[in-house]
Amino acid sequence: LKYLDEYRDAALAEKLVAAIRREAKRPWTLMEVCGGQTHSIVRFGVDTLLPSSIELVHGPGCPVCVTPLELVDRAQAIARTSGVVFCSFGDMLRVPGSNGDLARAKAEGADVRVVYSPLDALALARANPEREIVFFAVGFETTAPANALAVKLARERGVENFSVLVSHVLVPPAVRSIFAAPDNRVEALLGPGHVCTVMGTSAYELLASEIRVPIVITGFEPIDLLEGVLRAVRQLERGDCRVEVQYARAVTRAGSAASIAVVDEVFEVCARTWRGIGVIPNSGYRLRDAYAAHDAERRFDVSHLQTRESSSCISGQILRGVRKPTECREFGARCTPERPLGATMVSSEGACAAYFNYGRERRAARTLELVS
Amino acid sequence: VNAGLDCPLPFGDYTNVVLGHGSGGRLSHALVEGLLLPALGLDPNATLEDQAILDPLAGRPAITTDSFVVSPLFFPGGDIGSLAVYGSVNDLAVGGAVPRFLSLALIVEEGLAIDTLRRVAASIRAACSRSGVRLVTGDTKVVERGKADGLYVTTTAIGVVPPGRRLSAANARPGDRVIVSGPIGDHGIAVLSKREGLALETELVSDSAPVHGLVLSALEVEPEIRCLRDPTRGGLSSALNEIARASRVGIRLDERAVPVRPAVRGACELFGFDPLYVACEGRVVAIVPARSAERVLETMQRRELGQEAAIIGEVVAEHPGVVTERSVVGGERVVSLLSGEQLPRIC
Repeated sequence: LKYLDEYRDAALAEKLVAAIRREAKRPWTLMEVCGGQTHSIVRFGVDTLLPSSIELVHGPGCPVCVTPLELVDRAQAIARTSGVVFCSFGDMLRVPGSNGDLARAKAEGADVRVVYSPLDALALARANPEREIVFFAVGFETTAPANALAVKLARERGVENFSVLVSHVLVPPAVRSIFAAPDNRVEALLGPGHVCTVMGTSAYELLASEIRVPIVITGFEPIDLLEGVLRAVRQLERGDCRVEVQYARAVTRAGSAASIAVVDEVFEVCARTWRGIGVIPNSGYRLRDAYAAHDAERRFDVSHLQTRESSSCISGQILRGVRKPTECREFGARCTPERPLGATMVSSEGACAAYFNYGRERRAARTLELVS
Repeated sequence: VNAGLDCPLPFGDYTNVVLGHGSGGRLSHALVEGLLLPALGLDPNATLEDQAILDPLAGRPAITTDSFVVSPLFFPGGDIGSLAVYGSVNDLAVGGAVPRFLSLALIVEEGLAIDTLRRVAASIRAACSRSGVRLVTGDTKVVERGKADGLYVTTTAIGVVPPGRRLSAANARPGDRVIVSGPIGDHGIAVLSKREGLALETELVSDSAPVHGLVLSALEVEPEIRCLRDPTRGGLSSALNEIARASRVGIRLDERAVPVRPAVRGACELFGFDPLYVACEGRVVAIVPARSAERVLETMQRRELGQEAAIIGEVVAEHPGVVTERSVVGGERVVSLLSGEQLPRIC
């Protein structure tokens, strides 16, 4: 783990902050795309180190947050089907659906299990041939290769009782839709380091030339983030809009060929609904027809479900960077991680949960009022 | 003659606990007198009464109770038996009490290996002896298979608080220093890594241990210690938030000063946990007047359990009720109470 320390070095951080102060002549608004980056920024107080002229807004890159309500409800319905073992990453258990969350389904008797990898779910399927094992395949380009691999192996090995409920989304189309909106105010992007480690950077070169803003592919440690901000500010001050790779220790232009190949073999691009944002064309993956036998939505009849979204949740605007969590009337009041109204309050990568857990503005102010 | 650990089978051919062992009949007596009492170091021939009658205590009596449901039952550095003894002993110790007596209740799931029960009982015996408490009463129940997770243990401990000693979470004052007696999170991560089959670079051992000796020596050099807590469930964050609220003060930590072992940091990075929320079972956090903080620190560091003690922050008048931390890179954040569950069952 020692390698991490150099990316958390206080003296280096101070130097970078000084350089940002020196070079930023005008106010700029930057968006970090990834939920992991948002978490790290708030966890280490990176934004509290920046001059007030540099504003960081938080992007759509939290897979738990953008999984649409329809799929959360379908997951619940499948999980409550007798004979099913429903496997999921832990974060998804507490995402509110129309009628409670998966944790409640579990408490009421559904067999819901937390796994750390789709391959664990596949192993469970082989060990329990009499049960139906369903894995909730959520995520961005980062989780797609492992999920694709699990489905590929299931077909090759004839594991018929294994299926996946797919909710895969892609970063570039989401960014495009944010920039197409009239209320967009983002002027530069800190690009998703992990996504580019898998997929490479060529899609972002195309993107930068289309939306005409600097994109700095950035890592997740405090020093990474500060360096990402500095490079973005330099480009902004010069009027550039290039793709730069700050996270060069992991990212190559071509990405991981093996990962891209397995994703391409199992998945095809399709339109996806993003929670809080709406339908974005070509913004996600579904299983190719050759793998239809492992598609949970074909195996279980869940298309008839009616969804009901909380009317006061503004997670859509938060995911597009238009508003901040503390600008929501419900933040910290009716909406908390214990009783989330929307998904951005659930995952540790969700902007609202990060703000709440690390006690930003309003909550600190409220506590002060309560105590004094 | 051969009461104790070296007495493997005076009680039939059972290798696993059956429901009859909880019936109150012959099998129950065999379990208690043939296995539990000898393994716990108690006289199996003594007359068993329904209650223990204690001698008067020289001071105010302190009492605490706690249930233990840890999975797995055995983990690096401890097991559910020693954990249950130290857990209650430590809850007394942080009130400034000297632990004296212990009560023990076991809920055993049908099918538990007799040998497991024997090992846990032997561990309880050793832990009582290390803590200086006497086991004076107990109870055993057996429940059907599937109705419990192997074994649940409840302990109640009674101790005595010397005259004049008044520790309270409401006593912290601006200017006081925050001391932690050693690296945080060892227990939570040791249990988690055992459960998940996680191979850490170096084997991590739970910090589970009785802290009363450490506490009493600290109180000797500074009787005015404001408050002590053992950061178990919810970790250091919960302990400090409770103090900040009760005392209506702010607490400011320095992340660079908080001792965390590399293996704990590594596992936390892997699972997305924050060490401030991971449980310890043999650590104390102390709020100490600034004038004596260094002396208390040195006293702790001279003891085996406190070798890696550190001053990690201070009590401030600003932001009452709120704990903040200056991060390794100099940014500020609020350390709030844990929402929901960060770790599987660990204590």
